[in-house]
Amino acid sequence: MQPRSQTRAASRLGRPNSATKKFRFPWEKIVLPAIAFAAVLLLWWVIATFFTTLMPTPWQAFQDNLDYILNPFFRRGPGNLGIGWLLLASLRRVLLGFLLGTLVAIPIGFWIGLSPRAMTAINPLVQLFRPVSPVAWLPIALAIFNLANPSAIFVIFITSLWPTVINTALGVSSVPKDYLDVAQVLEMPRWRQMYKIIWPASLPYIFTGLRLSLGIAWLVIVAVEMLTGGIGIGFFIWDEWNRLSLSSVFLAVIVIGLTGLVLDYAITLLQRWATHRPVKAL
Amino acid sequence: MVKANHYPQPADQRQVEFETDFLVIQDLVKAYPSGSGDQTVVLDGINLSVGANEFIAIIGHSGCGKSTLLKIVGGLEQATSGAVFLEGSPIKKPGADRMMVFQQYSLLPWLTVRENVRLAVDEVCDRMSPRDRNDLVEEHLAMVNLTAAAAKYPDELSGGMKQRVGIARALAIRPKMLLMDEPFGALDALTRSRLQRQVLDIWERNPQAVMMITHDVDEAIYMADRIVMMTNGPNANIGEILTVPFDHPRDRAALRESSAYYDLRNHALGFLDSYFEQMS
Repeated sequence: MQPRSQTRAASRLGRPNSATKKFRFPWEKIVLPAIAFAAVLLLWWVIATFFTTLMPTPWQAFQDNLDYILNPFFRRGPGNLGIGWLLLASLRRVLLGFLLGTLVAIPIGFWIGLSPRAMTAINPLVQLFRPVSPVAWLPIALAIFNLANPSAIFVIFITSLWPTVINTALGVSSVPKDYLDVAQVLEMPRWRQMYKIIWPASLPYIFTGLRLSLGIAWLVIVAVEMLTGGIGIGFFIWDEWNRLSLSSVFLAVIVIGLTGLVLDYAITLLQRWATHRPVKAL
Repeated sequence: MVKANHYPQPADQRQVEFETDFLVIQDLVKAYPSGSGDQTVVLDGINLSVGANEFIAIIGHSGCGKSTLLKIVGGLEQATSGAVFLEGSPIKKPGADRMMVFQQYSLLPWLTVRENVRLAVDEVCDRMSPRDRNDLVEEHLAMVNLTAAAAKYPDELSGGMKQRVGIARALAIRPKMLLMDEPFGALDALTRSRLQRQVLDIWERNPQAVMMITHDVDEAIYMADRIVMMTNGPNANIGEILTVPFDHPRDRAALRESSAYYDLRNHALGFLDSYFEQMS
């Protein structure tokens, strides 16, 4: 008992007691995921060695990709660009479509969250379009724009709408009554309640919608680029497959995964900054 | 202003010294429609008047409609019949002249302590200069000893600190009347008694009309001038009004030495027990 109460007294005096706590390396958090990675690499290696001649082993793939990894931003003639440029082209489409989608989805979500009549009017539309794969919109977009790039952005725009609309509406309609009571007692006019109470109270929901939207948009862009061609990480995958160069496909898969992680983390940071509250994992 | 004297004085009003009509509750009935077309009467004919500097505690078993009564006075709920008058004019909607302190604090989690108080001040004192508003906020943060925590967010505070923010927010807009809905109900016993002391200190320095819902007899006797004891719902009414004969400022230890304190306490507990037996 004695040492413990001493530490407590020390911390009460404001002396940090973390020095007494030994730093322990989080072995488990490193070893366990490493085992899982190794298992996947082993499976890959087994498949590549015994089942197919098209597939490179992990080591071959690494050697083939060394040039791409070391020089992500090369320009060797038209259409022959480093993977960094391809990634930036895809990111640009996604962010543009996502931003446009957000600009439309948040006001709509806010509106149908506030007005039950608007909800009744719009909800069937949302429910009808939400299960449709965004890629299905591509021919319609191509018919409208006649160009690959705006069409891809349009598909991302559609993709980004639904989760944000639904979550914004949910957030706005479920603002705790306590907060509204405070506003009422303070005689706050309705329009000021919108931006001083309802908007900040529903921000965590809105961010949940944005995270889902961006995640799906990043999934969809690969499929869209495979269909439209042009410069981008999705078309790169299809192009490399046509050249039977599967090593590059593996590289692209890892790059896409890492980029998705970074995008999600970026939104989390933005959310923490905007809401001043800890962010729950999705 | 001519004070209106035409309200019938409640029959069970035993109080003389506070018999002013600062807040008058008159024949108040609150009923909710129930399933089969008829109504469930929650409050059945409440009559009460509260003095301008009087601290009133309302006590009763849960479900007796005491929170509903407070919400009607606050304007957050409407009476089915009867009326509430503040300084002669009827209450119909919420207003900053009757500021509430909520049991669950109701702080806005995206604002710091200071910003929470500031939001209320900005909303109500819109004719003040920003500098004066600032001073008002800081003054009330200091009053509840929260100056050091002013830049923190509600999530980072303990329950007692949160309620101190709630109290600072309520007092900062200088309401005519303070409505407190079990303000200490969610706190642990030690924090509760410290916060009771702080609130009573503030009130004793600057008395005003207070209506506090509680289920704690000791809290009611320690803080209030009168204790309104409600009968059980449905059809709840005022069962009895106790006058607490102790002068302010009060000292909890000294109160506990007096036999009058125990008489009062036993009387109130006896009243509550008699209704508790009815329930079971």
